[in-house]
Amino acid sequence: MDQSTSGTTTPRIRHRKRSSEVPAEVVKSNGVQLLVNDQNKYRSMWTRIHSSLWMVLGLVCVLYLGHLYIWAMVVVIQIFMARELFNLLRPANEDRRLPGFWLLNWHFFFTAMLFVYGRILSQQLVYTGASDKLFYKLTSVFVKYQMVICYFLYIAGFVWFILSLKKKMYKYQFGQYAWTHMILIVVFTQSSFTVANIFEGLFWFLLPAALIAVNDVAAYFFGFFFGKTPLIKLSPKKTWEGFIGASVATVISAFLLANVLGRYQWLTCPRKGLTTGWLRCDPDPLFKPEIYSFPDWVPQWFPWKEFSVLPVQWHALCLGLFASIIAPFGGFFASGFKRAFKIKDFGDSIPGHGGITDRMDCQILRNLNFGEQQALYMKLGQIFHERQFGHS
Amino acid sequence: MQKDHNTGGPPGPTGRIRHRKRSSEVSFDASKENGGHLLVDDQNKYKSMWIRLYSSLWMIGGFALIIYMGHLYICAMIVIIQIFMAKELFNLLRKAHEDRRLPGFRLLNWHFFFTVMLFVYGRILSQRLVNTVTSDKFLYQLVSSFIKYHMVTCYFLYIAGFMWFILTLKKKMYKYQFGQYAWTHMILIVVFTQSSFTVANIFEGIFWFLLPASLIVINDIAAYIVGFFFGRTPLIKLSPKKTWEGFIGASIITMISAFMLANFMGRFQWLTCPRKDLSAGWLHCDPGPLFKPETMSLPGWVPPWLPWRDFSIFPVQWHALWLGLFASIIAPFGGFFASGFKRAFKIKDFGDSIPGHGGITDRMDCQMVMAVFAYIYHQSFVVPQSLSVEMILEQILTNLSFEEQQDLYVRLGQIFQERLYGLS
Repeated sequence: MDQSTSGTTTPRIRHRKRSSEVPAEVVKSNGVQLLVNDQNKYRSMWTRIHSSLWMVLGLVCVLYLGHLYIWAMVVVIQIFMARELFNLLRPANEDRRLPGFWLLNWHFFFTAMLFVYGRILSQQLVYTGASDKLFYKLTSVFVKYQMVICYFLYIAGFVWFILSLKKKMYKYQFGQYAWTHMILIVVFTQSSFTVANIFEGLFWFLLPAALIAVNDVAAYFFGFFFGKTPLIKLSPKKTWEGFIGASVATVISAFLLANVLGRYQWLTCPRKGLTTGWLRCDPDPLFKPEIYSFPDWVPQWFPWKEFSVLPVQWHALCLGLFASIIAPFGGFFASGFKRAFKIKDFGDSIPGHGGITDRMDCQILRNLNFGEQQALYMKLGQIFHERQFGHS
Repeated sequence: MQKDHNTGGPPGPTGRIRHRKRSSEVSFDASKENGGHLLVDDQNKYKSMWIRLYSSLWMIGGFALIIYMGHLYICAMIVIIQIFMAKELFNLLRKAHEDRRLPGFRLLNWHFFFTVMLFVYGRILSQRLVNTVTSDKFLYQLVSSFIKYHMVTCYFLYIAGFMWFILTLKKKMYKYQFGQYAWTHMILIVVFTQSSFTVANIFEGIFWFLLPASLIVINDIAAYIVGFFFGRTPLIKLSPKKTWEGFIGASIITMISAFMLANFMGRFQWLTCPRKDLSAGWLHCDPGPLFKPETMSLPGWVPPWLPWRDFSIFPVQWHALWLGLFASIIAPFGGFFASGFKRAFKIKDFGDSIPGHGGITDRMDCQMVMAVFAYIYHQSFVVPQSLSVEMILEQILTNLSFEEQQDLYVRLGQIFQERLYGLS
């Protein structure tokens, strides 16, 4: 709507503008005042704020409830993402001639879910213990043969696909098959890493997610007030000023947020097993405060002589750097994708924001980074004494 | 080679070996009736069959040589096959005129290829690499730090490729570029899944690589021969030359040969011993209960005049039966998939590296499905069976890193402590 009026570049948060971003090429110059004039703009911004608040509230609720509920929320988000993406690339008329094809996609979805969560579940089940005899036996059998079961489910889908190939529709069907695989990879890689992170401690899920949100909001505000130079042709409303300002803001808030979040055991303790009760644990050395004193050049009148820093805050700096520099590329990818396939939004589940995929594209890159750092840390933290091993 | 389809009369659904006929299979449906005699009449057919036979013999010869040379060389062969497959498949979907406007795009494909290779082989070979360099302090440190940061390195290489892709998106070519990106991922998945499982199998023992591969070849040849003599009823519309008779006959022959081949191969330590490090020398090991012969006596209803009363069977032969069943029933679908794919995209062959056979991918399509199955079967049904204290200890030493071993030891100690306290 605003693009067709005088051509102004108002750089705003990626998610705020995506649903009204029409994928046409328009060259813009600066002119911030147009925001104020447009009544529609206010109404759409109000819708977005409204649904943003509900999303934040819902997230806080689920966080309070705990790890298992967050896992359930991730699964639900995944199902919606997959549905949006499956719907997107399917020309409706061709599917009327291929009745089982839609079902095949969901078969592969189910198989991928069994495979990915089976692996995570098997680790957690070990800790849960033999509470109920029959249930435990069934699940341990499933866990033992999980790979074979998932493989045969996949092969069943593969054979079904081949048997359903129809003359003159081969190219379409092969294309759909490839897209199904790509969609499932994109959706499941990030959600499986998210769930793995959750069980390591809610901190490692909440901090990266919060950093992305902070980055978005900061990019909007910096762009709004200072935006002048366009950043990338793919998203014409992004600016360099917004980008750099947001990076600085994100790194600083990563440092501060890590301090705040690291004080709560509910967030920092890893969850072993599938229980839902309260968590207590000996906090990891990452979350124990260390005292640093200010260097000598700080003036005498400065009231604080020392300050305490949680070691995890240094890690948070790296996360903040990644969130501000690389994660936005997830947003550019999605913009390019929508432009390539002439789609306005991935879906319309969230009023004012588009679909779930629009919200999640930056989160994808975020979570992948963290899993690695944590695994490394765990491995590095162990000490081995030669003598113990020799004198067994 | 296509001329035989256009010669007069109704050629029949003579089921032949998939690989023998694939390069002359014009990818359009031609319903055929039976007429085996046309083979004899056609001089061109003999020449093409001679070419195929010739290159098959060279391939088998080369293959046998590499098996003799050992695990490392087999892995090298697989890597080379992989590179050729990827090259064929990348070439296939690339429209030449559009690529001239996108200079860095091919390089991007190979960048992703290199990243995936680093990732996959790093994971599989990491522990064995460590076992190889334990003697040298400096190399050991280098290798362990590489392994520790292996995942992060590969991830950042992937992200670099991802960012490169986004920065090279050009107006009006978005759809083409996204399509290419998706196909690159699919090609790499297809190529690397099967080769990584193959390499993992090889280090468990060449037997677990050689037996499945041979079964696929036997299945092909048997399907050809049985279809040639008895083929009448077409099997599937995708490949009009396959027949039900060929399929069923080949299944029976494959299972019988699986049983016997496992016996034959199981006698060689070179084939059955796992390789713990990346050395190339001779192998000795305790073969494990799977390869120790068990004597079974023939049941009572066998007539008394039969000279043999007992016969020895390796327990692995029963596993081989399952491998044979899979090779004959499910692995052909890999071939159907490749046929359908070529028909969908109007390609005759994936490439032309091998005279008479087409490209490397044409040869490997059934092997791919089989390699994955062989690995999964081995991990699920063979490994758990061979458990004893020594076996578990060996697996721990081979597959877990140093820190993981320590962790395991500490945790075991804790569990034992708890038990002791519980009892006292």
